Amino acid sequence: MKISNTPHPPSKLRRRFIKGLITLPATVLLSTMVFAAPPTAEVNTTGLAVTDDTVKVGILHSITGTMAISETGSVQAEKLAIEQINAMGGILGRQIEYTQEDGASDWPTFAEKSKKLLVKDKVAAVFGCWTSASRKAVLPIFEQYNGMLYYPTFYEGLEQSPNVIYTGQEATQQIIAGIDWVVKNKGAKKFFLLGSDYIWPRTSNKIARKHIEKLGLKVVGEEYYPLGHTQFNSVINKIKLKKPDVIYAIVVGGSNVAFYKQLKAAGIDMTKEKPLVLTISVTEDEILGIGGENIVGAYAAMKYFQSLTNDNNEAFVKAFKKRWGDDIVIGDVTQAAYLGPWLWKAAVEKAGSFDIDKIRKASPGLELTTAPEGYVRIHPNHHLWSKTRIGHARSDGQYDIVFETDELIEPDPFPKGYQ
Amino acid sequence: MSFTGLRALLPKHDLRALLILAAIIIIVMPLFLDIFRLNLVGKYLTYAFVALGLVLCWGLGGILSLGQGVFFGLGGYCMAMFLKLEASSPEQTAIQSTPGIPDFMDWNQLTELPWFWEPFHSLSFTLLAVIAVPALFAFIIGVAMFKRRVGGVYFAIITQAIAAILTILIIGQQGYTGGVNGITDLRTLLGWDIRTNSAQYILYFINAILLFACLLAAQVIRKSKLGRLLVAMREREDRVRFSGYDVANFKIFVFCIAAVFSAIGGAMFTLQVGFMSPSFVGIVPSIEMVIYCAVGGRLSIFGAIYGTLLVNWAKTIFSESFPELWLFAMGALFIGVVMAFPNGLADLYQSYALPWLKKQRLRLPARLGGVKTPQKTTK
Repeated sequence: MKISNTPHPPSKLRRRFIKGLITLPATVLLSTMVFAAPPTAEVNTTGLAVTDDTVKVGILHSITGTMAISETGSVQAEKLAIEQINAMGGILGRQIEYTQEDGASDWPTFAEKSKKLLVKDKVAAVFGCWTSASRKAVLPIFEQYNGMLYYPTFYEGLEQSPNVIYTGQEATQQIIAGIDWVVKNKGAKKFFLLGSDYIWPRTSNKIARKHIEKLGLKVVGEEYYPLGHTQFNSVINKIKLKKPDVIYAIVVGGSNVAFYKQLKAAGIDMTKEKPLVLTISVTEDEILGIGGENIVGAYAAMKYFQSLTNDNNEAFVKAFKKRWGDDIVIGDVTQAAYLGPWLWKAAVEKAGSFDIDKIRKASPGLELTTAPEGYVRIHPNHHLWSKTRIGHARSDGQYDIVFETDELIEPDPFPKGYQ
Repeated sequence: MSFTGLRALLPKHDLRALLILAAIIIIVMPLFLDIFRLNLVGKYLTYAFVALGLVLCWGLGGILSLGQGVFFGLGGYCMAMFLKLEASSPEQTAIQSTPGIPDFMDWNQLTELPWFWEPFHSLSFTLLAVIAVPALFAFIIGVAMFKRRVGGVYFAIITQAIAAILTILIIGQQGYTGGVNGITDLRTLLGWDIRTNSAQYILYFINAILLFACLLAAQVIRKSKLGRLLVAMREREDRVRFSGYDVANFKIFVFCIAAVFSAIGGAMFTLQVGFMSPSFVGIVPSIEMVIYCAVGGRLSIFGAIYGTLLVNWAKTIFSESFPELWLFAMGALFIGVVMAFPNGLADLYQSYALPWLKKQRLRLPARLGGVKTPQKTTK
């Protein structure tokens, strides 16, 4: 679907009018920023879909199928960022147009659509994918056709592609600080690890286990259940038997609803913190399904919560609600998706070009001071430096932030000693 | 085969249908489509193998299998295992804790290649396995079901359960199978890069040739005594049994043939698309494959191929143009076809196009001033 996102197309008349005002010092800055568009031949040497006043990008998420509920927030965030950039005058004087494709929660479809975006539409960047499986499916295509993907989800690491910028956290950025915090502040000694059965929870729990054992503490159980599993009674009984201090839960998707309801029904009151629940898979989006009253008292380790108080985030939440409705919630991944277009803009402007190779070269070290999560910087390994924060679930579906790391945490997709 | 034999195998209208299809697939598509679209058509055609198998099994034999994705997947996975091993040489996987094994095994803390992966280092074994593994599996299912006279709806439900079980198995054993991600990032076949444009052209033609080979095999079965027996079984199974035929053996045979066709499609899919994942094995893709066959016409081997092409092409086009609404459009297409033409698009051809063509032919000599044909409506 082609949607032009140009609320105010820069007409020639307006351009001339503003050029007439060029003597005013304030507009000098503005006009050089907005209208001094370098010629297309200079900024696009590889035949991307760039014209004198537009540049085309792709949005590739599932808007149908089981993943649609999770990926919708990312689509909304990316569209909002693109609209805001356009309202500011676009990138190198060009308005961004997006082509949206539906991955349909089906990995081969993701592969087909990514190829279409790169080969047919020649988009300058793609914002998309959510699950690791979809990313793995498109990765060879991005590498073959030299595209650039901005991938928003926190994930298991073990990957570092020159054609992907990972705007979410890799596993160690979510796990280590969270475990350190419960050990230090809650005196946790025994952990029970639990997750859905696929690569992300398994790799994350592997890192968690290594870290727990390094601290000289104990893992008293580790269990996995298939995606979509809804019967957690047996594991809850095991938990009661083993009496851990912390239930470390990486249950994903619809299974979350069953897990937290059954946990509550089994008499485990999370607000009493005996045992305490620490999760890395429940954002505000998931709580909408679980119900705040079923998860109140649990802790989550993320880099972003909607309740974060800083100027960037307040402006972001306001703009997001204005664009997509007041009842909407914003989770960690949604914020990471919002960073994608902004990081791409920064890279293009630094490189002075839309060429993928130049963007790749310009990306390491790029900073974004306007990020809702505060401040982020791109590491040479294409992941972001970011903080870990601990949220305490409230009954209204939001988190109170009880802790944040002092420093940005270095991304380390291939952590030594944790593999 | 003698000329008359050939004539019996391919009567005039079948020959014409075959030539038209061949012209479309081998000449028109490669001439008018760029490589991206052609590769997509190649992908659709791999599903046509499944639809073709279903025409034999369901259309002719009346055995509705809702688990053809199992065989498509088995063929595809066999091929993917070979390609993955080739892409996992110790040099290419030096970054892993255990170099030389596929990446997903390393992520799942496996330190050596599982025994059942070992033979897939050999291409000839792989090609054999692509055919033999699904055939054997279908044979076991067939013997277990048909010898006990399980048929109809019960058989359909059981095949569906098998599809579900195999998906769960593949996802659950992710250290051995790649889990929900599947086996991805396949690059070369004996050093030949399968991702380049030229390779994709070649694979497209290999795919087309294999499809026509399967099509001819299906036609042979259709025209043989076996084919007529299958139809007889579909209509009145007990009568065939009372005539002294072992019905179960025929059913097992045709089910195995359908499985082998699907597996060839699966292997070609892996080669052309560059990965294999459990999303082709489960219930939903298996049912989708039945829909291709139903839209095209489950009684017509040509119809099934057109049906597959049409449904997949529509899926691609609708979803590119209306990413938010395309599923409704697909639903409308299925309902429309099934309501208007219960026997699929082939029915449309048989009941409208063919009579019209005949009428044209009757008129033709008249117009040319040749033999006058008696016309009832002459004024």
